[in-house]
Amino acid sequence: MPKRSDLKKIMVIGSGPIVIGQACEFDYSGTQGVKALKEEGFEVVLVNSNPATIMTDPHLADKTYIEPIEPNTVAAIVRKERPDAILPTLGGQTALNTALKLAQMGVLDECGVELIGARADAIAKAESRELFRDAMNNIGLKVPASAIIHSMEDMREAAKELPFPLIIRPAFTLGGTGGGIAYNMEDLEAITAEGLAASPVHEVMAEQSVMGWKEFEMEVICDKQGNAVIVCSIENLDPMGVHTGDSVTVAPAQTLTDREYQKMRDASIAIMREIGVETGGSNVQFGINPANGDMVVIEMNPRVSRSSALASKATGFPIARIAAKLAVGYTLDELRNDITQKTSAAFEPSIDYCVVKIPRFNFEKFPGAKDELTTSMKSVGETMAIGRTFRQALQKGLRSLENGAIGLVRTHEETPERPELMALLRTPNSKRLFALRHAFLAGFSIEELYEITSIDPWFLRQIKSIVDEEVRIRDFALANDTTPENPELVAQLRRAKEYGFSDRQLAAMWRRPESDIRDLRRETGIEPTYGLVDTCAAEFQALTPYFYSSYETRQEAIPAQCKKVIIFGGGPNRIGQGIEFDYCCCHASYALRDEGVQAIMVNSNPETVSTDYDTSDRLYFEPLTFEDVMHIIGLEKPDGVIVQFGGQTPLNLAVPLKRAGVRILGTSPDAIDRAEDRERFTALLHKLGLRQPENGAARNLAEALAEAARITYPIMVRPSYVLGGRAMEVVYDDEQLRAYFQKHIGNEQLEHPVLIDKFLEDAIEVDVDALSDGKDVYVAGIMEHIEEAGIHSGDSSCVLPPYSLPESIVEELKRETIALALELRVRGLMNIQFAVKDGQVYLLEVNPRASRTVPFVSKATGVPLPRLATQIMLGHTLAELKPESMHHSGYVSVKEAVFPFRRFPGVDILLGPEMRSTGEVMGIAGTFEEAYFKSQLAAGQELPMSGNVFISVNDKDKPHVVPLARELDELGFSILSTEGTAKLLKENGIHATRVLKVAEGRPNILDRIKNNEVALVINTASAVRHTARDAKSIRQATLQYGLPYTTTISAASAVVRAIAYAKRHHAATPAAMPPAPQVRSLQEYYGLNAAQ
Amino acid sequence: MKAFLALEDGFTLEGRSVTGACDTGGEVIFNTGMTGYQEILTDPSYAGQMVCMTWTEIGNYGIAPEDMESGRVHAAALLMRECCQVPSNWRSAKSLPDFLAEHGIPGIEGLDTRALTLHLREYGAMRGVVSTGTADPRELVAKAKALPEMAGQNLVTRVAPSAPWRLGDAGPEPAVPDARGAFDWGGEPGAPRVLVYDFGIKWNIVRMLKAHGFSPVMVPPSFTPAEAEASGADAIFLSNGPGDPAVLGAEIATVRELAKTWPMAGICLGHQLLGHALGGSTHKLKFGHHGCNHPVKDLETGIVEITSQNHGFCVDIDGVPNVKATHMNLNDGTLEGFAHETLPIIAVQHHPEACPGPSDSRTFFARFRKIVRESTGR
Repeated sequence: MPKRSDLKKIMVIGSGPIVIGQACEFDYSGTQGVKALKEEGFEVVLVNSNPATIMTDPHLADKTYIEPIEPNTVAAIVRKERPDAILPTLGGQTALNTALKLAQMGVLDECGVELIGARADAIAKAESRELFRDAMNNIGLKVPASAIIHSMEDMREAAKELPFPLIIRPAFTLGGTGGGIAYNMEDLEAITAEGLAASPVHEVMAEQSVMGWKEFEMEVICDKQGNAVIVCSIENLDPMGVHTGDSVTVAPAQTLTDREYQKMRDASIAIMREIGVETGGSNVQFGINPANGDMVVIEMNPRVSRSSALASKATGFPIARIAAKLAVGYTLDELRNDITQKTSAAFEPSIDYCVVKIPRFNFEKFPGAKDELTTSMKSVGETMAIGRTFRQALQKGLRSLENGAIGLVRTHEETPERPELMALLRTPNSKRLFALRHAFLAGFSIEELYEITSIDPWFLRQIKSIVDEEVRIRDFALANDTTPENPELVAQLRRAKEYGFSDRQLAAMWRRPESDIRDLRRETGIEPTYGLVDTCAAEFQALTPYFYSSYETRQEAIPAQCKKVIIFGGGPNRIGQGIEFDYCCCHASYALRDEGVQAIMVNSNPETVSTDYDTSDRLYFEPLTFEDVMHIIGLEKPDGVIVQFGGQTPLNLAVPLKRAGVRILGTSPDAIDRAEDRERFTALLHKLGLRQPENGAARNLAEALAEAARITYPIMVRPSYVLGGRAMEVVYDDEQLRAYFQKHIGNEQLEHPVLIDKFLEDAIEVDVDALSDGKDVYVAGIMEHIEEAGIHSGDSSCVLPPYSLPESIVEELKRETIALALELRVRGLMNIQFAVKDGQVYLLEVNPRASRTVPFVSKATGVPLPRLATQIMLGHTLAELKPESMHHSGYVSVKEAVFPFRRFPGVDILLGPEMRSTGEVMGIAGTFEEAYFKSQLAAGQELPMSGNVFISVNDKDKPHVVPLARELDELGFSILSTEGTAKLLKENGIHATRVLKVAEGRPNILDRIKNNEVALVINTASAVRHTARDAKSIRQATLQYGLPYTTTISAASAVVRAIAYAKRHHAATPAAMPPAPQVRSLQEYYGLNAAQ
Repeated sequence: MKAFLALEDGFTLEGRSVTGACDTGGEVIFNTGMTGYQEILTDPSYAGQMVCMTWTEIGNYGIAPEDMESGRVHAAALLMRECCQVPSNWRSAKSLPDFLAEHGIPGIEGLDTRALTLHLREYGAMRGVVSTGTADPRELVAKAKALPEMAGQNLVTRVAPSAPWRLGDAGPEPAVPDARGAFDWGGEPGAPRVLVYDFGIKWNIVRMLKAHGFSPVMVPPSFTPAEAEASGADAIFLSNGPGDPAVLGAEIATVRELAKTWPMAGICLGHQLLGHALGGSTHKLKFGHHGCNHPVKDLETGIVEITSQNHGFCVDIDGVPNVKATHMNLNDGTLEGFAHETLPIIAVQHHPEACPGPSDSRTFFARFRKIVRESTGR
């Protein structure tokens, strides 16, 4: 059954911004899908609000809509584009929910659009807890005992029948948002409230806890003829109770006999058929009772998922690509296995290596959040490691995390006291693997630890074997001579490498420099070999050069004799370093390939496009540590390496690589150091006559206090060499500075000083991205932040072109950018952060590397920055590349950040210098107001057109709030305020209703919020960061009830402008309704400029 | 204990024995299944073969008494990257090393199984030895060369039964014919009685026949057509088994005779013997098909089944009258099944009984049940 000929135009829906539970993996799958459809000759229309994605590159789809993924907007696009079909299975839960909504709204019928991949009824069946439970009963499969409820009363009733603990899962949410484990009635009420609010259909399921059971996943793919194959089985190291996204997972399944595995396989296929998935990939999760093998079905996703991305990377089977082809009519047997190019795609991959995925957490960024793993996902990224054995893969994965671990064994870490250790073992948390190591060192037995953790004894025994080996390695150095002549040493070293120990671990244990270990290995011939990920365990010849390292006997990576460049990726996503950097790495690769240079990618992040086997000429799925990358460099002998695209991870390798004699393309590591090192940076600015805020550095508290007195408060304090504003705070007095040191620094004399800057209050922050070849500079984008300086640039919304800066300031920004780029001899990309206050420009930070805003600027201007930067690194000049000729304008682009606060109950949502956003969206329109409106909608903030606005601002912001309140009043909103603000507004002739603070009695503002009487919240924190419980509880309720809000006056002003615009320009729409959106593709925006 | 593997062409690897001292040899093949080592070890078709598992963590779930495919281990050795000493599974009764040691079969771990597999893929399955006695490659290679070659070997005699039997709840039990040569078939009244020629049958074939309503009795390969006639059977089933089918002249003659009158089905070696009997031939595959992930297309329905496979020889029926191909391997286009166009005879090369592997092609037993019903009324 070949491709359908009745379809011509297909719409693909992306997944929107990166959030916890929905990350780069949907760019990976969407990009594969769009490419596959284009390859088949279809016209592809793409919708995605996330500018940092490869899929939204204008040349990929025929029409690219960077518009909010919400039903009204997507409906407008459907009506405009009239696609024959929508493929909703590649864009995660967001795309699936949107497609289902379009079907329910009647838009699909109205426009004659077919859903391909998954029909509406199948989506509903898989997603509705009730329908799913019935479907499973139909095919004789068990699900945990449960009740589905739509109100708190129902839940109280249901709880009488069901035993605690109960798992609460809201319907139609991703990554378990709003869910949790209730141990008692009090928990149950709190989680149910959260869950009902989080579920778009106000449906929540309370489920018998199968905590402690073993958890498995199966990745299935099927075609319309009914053929179905299992691409990969996955076993979770963490038992049920920990969200699978937060679990350490292993492929293939480790502890199932063939009989049990086949039972699960048969069940997976039966489930897919019962749900009615016509074609494509699905994921099924199972729980197994370790005592007797009882199997329950946990859930099923009729779409590609994070797990399917992992399965694709783990096996080499491109699930999304194949799913796209199956959706347009092909059957599995008509498609080839890309990797072998000979055998059929209708097969089940067999692997001969072990794959371990380890989640990356960022709890330290959310003070107040408990480091506890539950059924609601909290990890912000993940890393995957491939080894021949579980041990090897686990240790590789742990050193890929870049959280200080260099494997299971971390240096200088004392075993915690028993009560602390017990706590770490008993409740799953981000440190559990390390806690297990300490427990083994402390003499715990496998049986005891199984009792405490419910982690399968097989995994425990593997971890114990690593710890036992650690002890052997330590003891070895005490008792033996560690020269290469000692055959015992050679055997010990080889075994250590087989167990996945890094040179750094060995160096730490033997108290020798890492280079000694490397030398020892070289002298004794213990070097890694690279195996091929070939889908078939070596049964057939594979043609795709996708490699992993191990210590075996046969070298399969045979370097090509040609010009080649290695690109180092960014490793696991974390807040501050994510998809934006992967975007740059991918473009570097595409540019290299177009220039005829072999592109070699090294990365350890399974979610990304960069680790797709056909993004680069060669792919090494490896940790980004000095040892691991030097092995690849040693084998490949590249003409150069690129470190400036992958964020801080590869940048940290720049100096050691240069020292090792590796040629680094682009800006020199010395220039990077001049920008990073405080003293050299100040000297640089002096030389160029540029101004920076008054500043200093301190190596201890006393010095800091002295510096603060000199600079005068408020000051911005941060450690050096960090990304994403880690531990960065605005400090207003000595007391706060002491507290800062106590919390983040301690009493030690620091090697790298704490940096102290004068904090410029109410300054406008500006981001500039530029491109330079060392002779010329192209100022690519000037982005004016909406939030004032002091909010991390990654958390601010920004506008391109600037919307309030005078021309003279813009010119000054350009002048300074050019001066800096030339002085630093930047070859490639550079990002500068400025603050503008009282007509004066201050330099805050210079980063001679790709920045987080590069994809946004590339999309907003049409100039492919990372591509040009790569071409410059290869020797091209700006004069020949002519970026200005590619520049598009005539519209406004707004970037807005997206935050994970809902995942971290108890965390304050106030913005600050520490970055906490996980992703971003882009709004494009003819005016600032409309672009901002779209950006808010895309970020999940539907701005109200009427209703009550609650305003509560600090004293500093009071003067600014009056005009805002006046405008809101004129727009027909009613204003609610607490005493101080209400009084101020009344004095200025604005009607405001006073509401009680929480402490003032009831009904208070919280009651108003809970009764849905508030449509918008404007709440700024006191300048002196006070954690008044009242203000915080208001913000908590805002978050819990999903209200639109702003926590800065500058953003509030933008919000009011956007609402005013929307109301004025869409007077015809009913007052309570958001206006019908104006949608335009990127290609149309670019065309605007061409037409002018 | 250090152990050495050597192939006849001089390829060597070092590993560790998990079963103590050893010194043995056989044809070295690889299996790409990620589960099912116990079924593989106890499958008589592996007689004379040293099996290299391509998946690296072997033994994790131990040994479960219910998962035996015969009464003992038939493979000559198990070659592994990593062997688990302490298994974890609620059904596990013992560890893999203990099980291997009990059966006197060497288990070797620490081998670069991928390098070995790549070598076999490139140069074909070949003879090899494992030894803890000597590390001298020349001695080991010489030993490997001295072993008989797989092509031309009759291994059926090593694994086939000497007398009729049936599979009871507690395992095999003798089936003794009465004076006229008829068996007491047991089973449900009216259940079709199937005489199973046992060339080294996997027990799950018997279990599947029973599950599909048959009453099976297993008989030795020497069971004559006249004895079959007297047995009271309704149909004949030809089992799987080890070795080269081309040397089984007597068996092929028996099958040719049986094919004239009986509804018949064959799996694996049974398929190959039927191929020969109907006028086709077999040839040795370079490294065979051994795994759980081979796609087989049903040429009638177009449906693709993921199948369990274990064969080193392949049937060629081109030009054979009245025989049509029914199944094809999608990876290499080899024949996976055929049917006679006028006689009630069907056969498949792969393993519809699974164990190990997917159950996609279980429909084979239903098809057999159907042709038996159609031709005998039972």
